[in-house]
Amino acid sequence: MYSEKVMDHFTNPRNVGEMKDANGVGEIGSPVCGDTTRVYIKVKDNIIEDIKFKTYGCSAAIASSSMLTEMVKGKTLEEALEVTDEAVAEALDGLPPQKLHCSNMAASALHKAIEDYQNKNRKAS
Amino acid sequence: MRRVYLDHSATTPVRSEVLDAMLPFLKEDAFGNPSSIYSYGREAKKAMEEAREKVANLIGAEPEEIFFTSGGTEADNMALMGTVAANEKKGRHIITSSIEHHAILNTAQYLKKKGFKVTFLPVTKEGLVQVEDIKKAITDETVLISVMHVNNEVGTIQPIKEIGALAKEHGITFHTDAVQSVGKIPVNVDDLNADLLSISGHKIYGPKGIGCIYIRKGTKINPILFGGAQERTYRPGTENMPGIVGFGRAAELAAKELDSEMERIKSLRDKLIEGIKERIPDVQLNGDLNNRVAINANFAFSNVEGESLLLSMDMKGICASSGSACSSGSVNPSHVLLAMGIPPKLAEGSVRFTLGRDNTEEDIDYVLENLPQIVEHLRSISAF
Ligand SMILES: Cc1ncc(COP(=O)(O)O)c(C=O)c1O
Ligand code: FES
Repeated sequence: MYSEKVMDHFTNPRNVGEMKDANGVGEIGSPVCGDTTRVYIKVKDNIIEDIKFKTYGCSAAIASSSMLTEMVKGKTLEEALEVTDEAVAEALDGLPPQKLHCSNMAASALHKAIEDYQNKNRKAS
Repeated sequence: MRRVYLDHSATTPVRSEVLDAMLPFLKEDAFGNPSSIYSYGREAKKAMEEAREKVANLIGAEPEEIFFTSGGTEADNMALMGTVAANEKKGRHIITSSIEHHAILNTAQYLKKKGFKVTFLPVTKEGLVQVEDIKKAITDETVLISVMHVNNEVGTIQPIKEIGALAKEHGITFHTDAVQSVGKIPVNVDDLNADLLSISGHKIYGPKGIGCIYIRKGTKINPILFGGAQERTYRPGTENMPGIVGFGRAAELAAKELDSEMERIKSLRDKLIEGIKERIPDVQLNGDLNNRVAINANFAFSNVEGESLLLSMDMKGICASSGSACSSGSVNPSHVLLAMGIPPKLAEGSVRFTLGRDNTEEDIDYVLENLPQIVEHLRSISAF
């Protein structure tokens, strides 16, 4: 049912955990299944220096979160915002149709984290 | 890699004794149609009647009260559809529980859509139907009460004898889905006061696609299929001979080995329950521990999602199951656990382990060695 890449990221997820000194946090609950993903980012000079995630969800959701963090680490915020859920699914060599919404959760959580960072920064400046 | 199958409530392998009994009926020796007059037909007919007797013996019925069906689903459908059709003049109300198998639930929902009144009884947090609730639900219009003997998800044994007595007292037909109880606990149609009872072959080490409905003599019920005169017109269609013969043999063995086998399995199951409680924090056993078949353990692991848990277990060769998979691809929280008042997130993180003949002490050790790490790993990823 799942590609080798999905299984790899599911069993050995990259960048799992919380981040004490994050300057952006985003959490999303999937409207489809009620599962939850939280993304922490540390942004410096407009670049995502570090990123971590926590996911309560199915294997596709865990693998998508893991893949997403790898794809956006070291990228500028603008570049990161361009990473879509389709791109995450593609990087995982595809997801079963009923699992596409799971990759959506990771991307949405990242968008929220970036928004959070931008809101905080606006207030600070 | 070691494989440990702990999903015997989903299905069981066909025992070799059963397969041996079936094979001639697929080949030249005994392929006949039991309706035929010549030797091939007569031999098939004889084998079919022997199988019927074995199934009848398993539940303390007369052979004429056993009607072979394509399995538990068809037997359940017939119990509901056939009873309401035969009692149209008497009333249009049926009573069932909210923890039935979908073969009952969805049939009841269909009847509801068609204008019948249907009461879905609640259960206690231990997963038990209360006789008092049935008493209150009975009306002059009630034509059928259908409550399962043993629940397929949490293994709880329902107070069928008392429910049956109540139905009898009110002259209401009583059906029980015994798919998960035969072969696990003694089942006797007279003790249980059952008028109708469903059994499935593949849950007792028989083949898939065969089962039966027990119909007590004198019970008003219509067929739901129409055709030839097979099963005295109650279930037309050329008989599934290999299935019937295999089902008969499986029933015979189930009756013979019930006590010894369940004692052995219970000690393995108890070891599994104790081991999980000891080694994994924040778990709870779903369902009453005492009113429960020996093969079942159902655990809620907090902060763990069902699909990722089942997949992680599968990667270690451990086969178990949870609530029914839904179209969203996640694990749908089980309707049974929700009816027991278990919060949706805990229901989602629940796993059913059901043991069987092939399980050994080593299997349980293997699960207890691997499961704690799996749960801990998923919890370390979890957003909660
Ligand atoms: C309680 C119960 N009833 C009915 C069925 C359906 O039986 P079958 O698979 O033979 O249609 C099952 C098995 O899935 C069951 O567990
Ligand atoms: S099913 Fe909920 S995240 Fe995949």
